[in-house]
Amino acid sequence: MSEEPRIGVFVCHCGSNIAGHVDVGAVADYARKLPGVVFVQENMYTCSDAGLTEIKTAIVDEKLERVVVAACTPRTHQPLFQETCREAGLNPYLFEFVNIRDQCSWVHMRQLEAATHKAQDLVRMGVAKARLLQPLEEQEVPVEPSALIVGGGMIGVTAALNLANRGFEVKLVERESELGGLLLHLDKLYPTQDDALPLVQARVAEVHRNSRIEVFTSSVLQDVKGFVGNYKVVVQDREGRQSSFEVGGIIVATGASVLKPEGLYGYDGQRVITQLELEERFKTGAFDAARVVMIQCVGSRIPERPYCSRICCTTAIKNALEIKAHRPNAEVYILYRDTETQGTRYEAYYTRAREAGIQFIRYDLERPPEVSERQVVVFDELLGARLGIPYDLVVLSTPLVPDEEAHELAQLLKVPVDEHGFFLEAHVKLRPLDFATDGIYVAGAARWPAHLEETITQAYGAASRAATILSKDRVKSSGIVAQVNEYLCRGCGRCVEVCEFGAPSLVEVSPGSKAARVNPVMCKGCGACASICPTGAMTAMHFTDQQVTAMVRAALREDLAVDATVRSAP
Amino acid sequence: MSDSQPRIVVFACNWCSYAGADLAGVGRMQYPPTTRVIRVMCSGRVTSGFILEAFRLGADGVLVTGCHPGDCHYISGNQNAVVTVEKTTQLLDLLGIETDRLRLEWISAAEGARFARLMTEFTEQIRILGPSRLGDPHRHELHRLTVPDAVGVDT
Repeated sequence: MSEEPRIGVFVCHCGSNIAGHVDVGAVADYARKLPGVVFVQENMYTCSDAGLTEIKTAIVDEKLERVVVAACTPRTHQPLFQETCREAGLNPYLFEFVNIRDQCSWVHMRQLEAATHKAQDLVRMGVAKARLLQPLEEQEVPVEPSALIVGGGMIGVTAALNLANRGFEVKLVERESELGGLLLHLDKLYPTQDDALPLVQARVAEVHRNSRIEVFTSSVLQDVKGFVGNYKVVVQDREGRQSSFEVGGIIVATGASVLKPEGLYGYDGQRVITQLELEERFKTGAFDAARVVMIQCVGSRIPERPYCSRICCTTAIKNALEIKAHRPNAEVYILYRDTETQGTRYEAYYTRAREAGIQFIRYDLERPPEVSERQVVVFDELLGARLGIPYDLVVLSTPLVPDEEAHELAQLLKVPVDEHGFFLEAHVKLRPLDFATDGIYVAGAARWPAHLEETITQAYGAASRAATILSKDRVKSSGIVAQVNEYLCRGCGRCVEVCEFGAPSLVEVSPGSKAARVNPVMCKGCGACASICPTGAMTAMHFTDQQVTAMVRAALREDLAVDATVRSAP
Repeated sequence: MSDSQPRIVVFACNWCSYAGADLAGVGRMQYPPTTRVIRVMCSGRVTSGFILEAFRLGADGVLVTGCHPGDCHYISGNQNAVVTVEKTTQLLDLLGIETDRLRLEWISAAEGARFARLMTEFTEQIRILGPSRLGDPHRHELHRLTVPDAVGVDT
C-alpha cells in the first residue's frame, strides 16, 4: 500500500441533538489518535454554510485526501457533503459518513458514557474504511426527457399537465377506463361547495387536448427497469396489449381507496351508508332523508388502523351542509371523537356548520354509538348521558385506505410503503415528495390522506421535482459499481447468473478464454456478484471485501483498526 | 465497549434496514448501545467471510438485516443473504460457535420500532448465551480460525 492517506474528521454537535447525549469533545479527541487522521474539527452544524466552508478550507489547507463526517445519516446528507468534497477538488467517493445521531445519540439518550463510547467506535470504523476508499468515476448518461405518471386521478392529471406544459413528454397510465379518479364520484368539494365533476372534467379535457400527453387507460404498469433518467417501462392493457417506452422520471399518483365498512354499525348500503354513497345519492337525486346521523372515525384511529384519515371531518361537514341545502329543516347529527378542522378556512367551515344547526355530539372509543333498527344510541361525553336519536339514514365516515395494488406497485418500483401500506417518502421533512430512489416521486393520497388542495400542491411539487431531472441533458450514474480483475477471473459466469440487471457478461479475452465484464451503467452496485465470486475477481467498489472487513475489525478491536487493514489492502 | 456488554455487529442494507434504523432514531426509540451497524448496499453483499471475521475477533453476535422478501431494492439480493447466513450457520456449528449468535432479520424502511425491538431482543439473546468463547484475543487457539481476508471463503 502506498503511503497513509491524510484523513480529516468532522464531528457534528447537531445543536444538542448529538451533543446533548454524546461527549462530542471526547469523540473528536479520540479521532485525533486514529491512524491517518491529520485534522479534526468539531462543528455546531457541519451541514451549515460555515461547516461546509470549514470542510472545503481544510481539504485545501490540510491537503486532506479523505473526509469523514460524524453526524446524522447518509440517507439525507451524504449528497451535500460529497458535493462539498467535489467543490474542493476531492473525489466525492473519498468521503465517509459516520452516523452518530440517528443510530447513536437519539437512541441512547441519557447514557452519555455508553453513547460516547459507541460514537468513538463508529468513528474508528468510519476512519478504518476511509483509509481504504478509492476515487470512483461516475458515468454520464443521457436523460430521456419524458415522465411516466402512474394514476390518472386529479393528482396524476395535474402533474401530467404541469410537466407537459414545461415541454416534457408524459405517459399517463390509469387503471380505470377513464381519467378522473375518485373525484368522478364526489358531489361537492369543501370548503366552497363547488361541484367536483366540472373541475375534474375540465382538467381531463385539457389532458386529452395536450399533444405531449399520451394516455393509457384500462392499463397497468407491467415492468420497470433502469435507473434515473433512463427507466424502461412496460404498460399492459386489459386485452394484454403491451406498450414499451423509456422515461426519465416516474411519479406515483395512485391515490387511495375509501374503506368499505363491512360489519360495522349495521352497514348495509341502504339505510346505513358511507359518505361516498351519500354523495352518489346527491348526484343522482336519490337523497331523501329528514333525520341523518353521521358517525366519524369508523374504522380509523383504532388499534388496527391507528391513523387519522384527515379528510373525514371536513367531508362530513360538507355533506351535512349539503343536506341542509337540500332540506333546510333536516336534522343532522355528527357523532365525533375529535373534530379536526385546522387552519383558517376549515375552522370557519366548522363554525358555519354549527351556525347551520348541525349537531355535534362527542363519543368515546370505549363507548361507541350503537345503531339499531330505529335509532342510534350514543353516550354523549360532554353531557355525560345516553341519547337515542331516531334516524332515516346513518352515514359512516370511513378512512382512506391504501390502494390494494399499492404494494404490488411498490415492489415493481422498488420503493417502500409504510406500516399502513401508504407509500413512504425518502424523508418526512427534507424530501417529502421523493423516494429514496432517484427519479421516482410521489404525490397525493397514495402517500397519506390529505385535502384536495394539499394533494394538488403535491402534484405541482412532484412535477417540479421530476423536472429537475428531466431538464438536464445528462445525469451521472453512481460510481458505486462492480469492477472485474480480469487476471483473477476464470470466467465461471456465476456473476452473470446472480445479477438481476444484466450488468456483467462473459467476453472472450483471448482465444478459448473468457472473463467477465461489467457494464457500469447497468450495474446498481448491490455487490451480489462480488459476494458470490469464487476467485475474488469481482470487486464491489466502495464496499470492497477489504473495506467492509476493515470496518468489522475496527468495530471489535481497537488495536486492529490499523495494521490488519493495511496488510490486506491491494 | 465495557466487558459486561455484548458486542454485536449488525449489517444493514442501505435501502430498508439502515433506513429503519434511522427511523428508530427519528422516533427516539431507545435500545441498548451494544450494536455497531455496518452499512452495505444490499444484505446480499454480506459474505461468510465478513461474518466469520467478526466472530474470529470476538463478536458475541452478528445480525444481518435486509429488506423483506419481495421488497429487495435489488430484487433478489436478500435471497442471497438467506443462503449466506444458512451456510455460515453450518460453519459456526462446525467451529463450535453457538449458532444462535448469528441471526438474519428483515426490517423495512418503515419499521423503526421493529429495528429497536430487534436490537433489544438480540442483545438479550446474546446476554443469555454469555460472552463468545472467542472473545478473549489472547487465547492462542483462536489463530487456527484465521480467515484469510474474507476473499477465501467461497459462499
